[in-house]
Amino acid sequence: MTSQIRPVLVLFAFLTLMTGVVYPFVVTGIGTALFPDAARGSLIVRDGQPIGSRLIGRSFTEPKYFWGRPSATATAPYNALASGGSNQGPLNPALEEAVRGRIEALRTADPGNGALIPVDLITASASGLDPHISVAAAQYQVARVANARGLPATQVGELVVGHTSERWLGLFGEPTVNVLALNLALDDIAGRVGE
Amino acid sequence: MTIAAIVLGLAVLALATVCGRPLGYYIADVLDGKATPRSRFRFNIERWIYRVAGVDAERETGWKQYAVGVLLFSVVGTLFVYALQRLQAVLPLNPQAFGAVTPDSSFNTAVSFVTNTNWQGYAGESTMSHLTQMAGLAVQNFVSAATGIAVAAALIRGFARHTSTTIGNFWVDLTRVTLYVLLPLAAVMALVLVSQGVIQNFDAYKEVTAVAQGSTQTLPMGPVASQEAIKELGTNGGGFFNANSAHPYENPNTLTNFIQLFAILLIPIALTFTFGRMVGDARQGWAVLAGMAILFVALWLVAVHFEQQGNPVFTQVGADVARSDTQPGGNMEGKEARFGVGASALFVAVTTATSTGAVNTMHDSMTPMGGLVPMFLMQLGEVAFGGVGSGLYGMLIYALLGVFIAGLMIGRTPEYLGKKIEAFDMKMTSIAILATPFVVLIGTAVAVSVEAGKIGVANPGAHGFSEILYAFSSAGNNNGSAFAGLSANTPFYNTALGIAMWLGRFWVLIPVLAIAGSLAAKKRAPVTAGTLPTHGPLFVVLLIGSVLLIGALTYVPALALGPVVEQLMMSGEK
Repeated sequence: MTSQIRPVLVLFAFLTLMTGVVYPFVVTGIGTALFPDAARGSLIVRDGQPIGSRLIGRSFTEPKYFWGRPSATATAPYNALASGGSNQGPLNPALEEAVRGRIEALRTADPGNGALIPVDLITASASGLDPHISVAAAQYQVARVANARGLPATQVGELVVGHTSERWLGLFGEPTVNVLALNLALDDIAGRVGE
Repeated sequence: MTIAAIVLGLAVLALATVCGRPLGYYIADVLDGKATPRSRFRFNIERWIYRVAGVDAERETGWKQYAVGVLLFSVVGTLFVYALQRLQAVLPLNPQAFGAVTPDSSFNTAVSFVTNTNWQGYAGESTMSHLTQMAGLAVQNFVSAATGIAVAAALIRGFARHTSTTIGNFWVDLTRVTLYVLLPLAAVMALVLVSQGVIQNFDAYKEVTAVAQGSTQTLPMGPVASQEAIKELGTNGGGFFNANSAHPYENPNTLTNFIQLFAILLIPIALTFTFGRMVGDARQGWAVLAGMAILFVALWLVAVHFEQQGNPVFTQVGADVARSDTQPGGNMEGKEARFGVGASALFVAVTTATSTGAVNTMHDSMTPMGGLVPMFLMQLGEVAFGGVGSGLYGMLIYALLGVFIAGLMIGRTPEYLGKKIEAFDMKMTSIAILATPFVVLIGTAVAVSVEAGKIGVANPGAHGFSEILYAFSSAGNNNGSAFAGLSANTPFYNTALGIAMWLGRFWVLIPVLAIAGSLAAKKRAPVTAGTLPTHGPLFVVLLIGSVLLIGALTYVPALALGPVVEQLMMSGEK
């Protein structure tokens, strides 16, 4: 056993150095050189200021914005310092109550809309930071957003189409709409009209 | 069930098998120490480090010394990861100035990463410094996986050799697998992940200013891609962030999700080819692989089916849960929009059929039967592909049990790969097979009996029991995924699950090495007309039968109290 002390200490130190120091620094060096934007968080920069990330969702609750997935992160929705889901079981009464509340909020903001609500718009995401909603969830909100902004529904609808990512290879994953990018584009239209 | 979901799963399996074959042969060459072309540089590094470490690379050892090496290396690793967490406040690369992790959480996390479990009681983005993540946790992602492969290699050598007193040199196996197999694969995969948006930097967290109506948001940063790559390749599963592979910075799109699924399956599948190559009969490897694949596909399809059916509660309150061209439908609670139901349910099966435990969906919010699938896959001992190394040696243990049962039926001494399976081998097999059920069921029983265990439950009723059963199934089988509603970052759970992980790893690993030593010493029995062929469909059925027999007999009563009751209640909702 004592004859194994030297190998264990030396090899542990050596492998820690290789996999725990050399490896991450080399990957960081090459990664940031080749893909500087992606390696640093895919940030959206306006006027030199980072205002969000294309990959991390934000909370929107005003009628004139598209709303994202409900977020169950601690203390506040879309808290990027506490990613996670609700972890509510399927028959937990608290889950049913939460879902009812979300439906209520959507209906109140858009009383004229009698369509069924797409399930992803009333269920909390896994990360609590989901940047996307389904195409159906975006379409459900088009009339409300157009109404609140005084824009034609067709224009808002086209904007949704423009911010839709199709399935990978036309088959895998789900088509999605990036909520933050879409809302920024809406504000850009408002900004242009204002000028 | 959708065609796309099935095609996705089959595509991942096919690609991992196509790539696994050459990789498996390469791993066999690495383990045999065969010089590959252009290897002069590598072997110089090796020779240099062996000289410093006082290792004679030419000298192999018996199983006992091999086991001592594994244990010592794991103990040193545990102490180091523990110390790193306790001292991170005064160490560099801690831009958020995180304080020391509590003693019980540090113990739990150290054991968790050393045993290839990667159970996480903590939330990464609010607990661990960059240094702890990369020099403590990610290092164990590499070396615990390499340890698994080394032990599997030792067992294969036991079959391949005869009248031999040695089964290999642990230090050499460990070093070669880490440097020549895991590091190059991880480096390539990490860069691909970065190109898709997985972050890789040493920055402080970024405050982003208010946009539109949104308030400010603080974005976590860190060397994520480098850790993500080995997290999947080594079937470790410990996320950089609390949300693991559901977090957009760990798994931003469908392509990265596909790569992660592929990476999880790659080495476990490759090792079945390594096995075939090293025992000199490729058909033996195919038979083991077929048994694994059949178990996996059957359970995976159950998960897809129930998750796509969704939760009747959502239908009742007026949601549209039908899958269409514009929405995923199904049970979307705890799932990400970009993955939908198909890619989420596949990830659930892949991560628990192996010992990974990474998640891209919150298992706690799955439908009852959907959630039974990951629990049962773990309870089967994670042998349907299984962990890196541990899956293969786990499945070979079941092969020994299978030939033993067959031998009893026809009244012959059982043989496997030309080795007579005798009393000592079966004793060790029994220990290896019974160790994890013992840990899981006793652990669950204790936790549901004491206040400290019950207090952590988040969901009422049968689901609360499932949370506890899941936690011990995950820890005892070194998986690491969770029904995460359970508040497990308490002294009780950190200690109990830490012990479960340690026993679940080494009470299997040490008997496996004992079997390796015993088999290596045996003479090779000649093949006769009475020898059971272990490469045909009959053997595959025998293998699957052994796994299901043990798994079902052991766990059906416990499962009936959790997910089965909950499913019956859900049926009543309709």
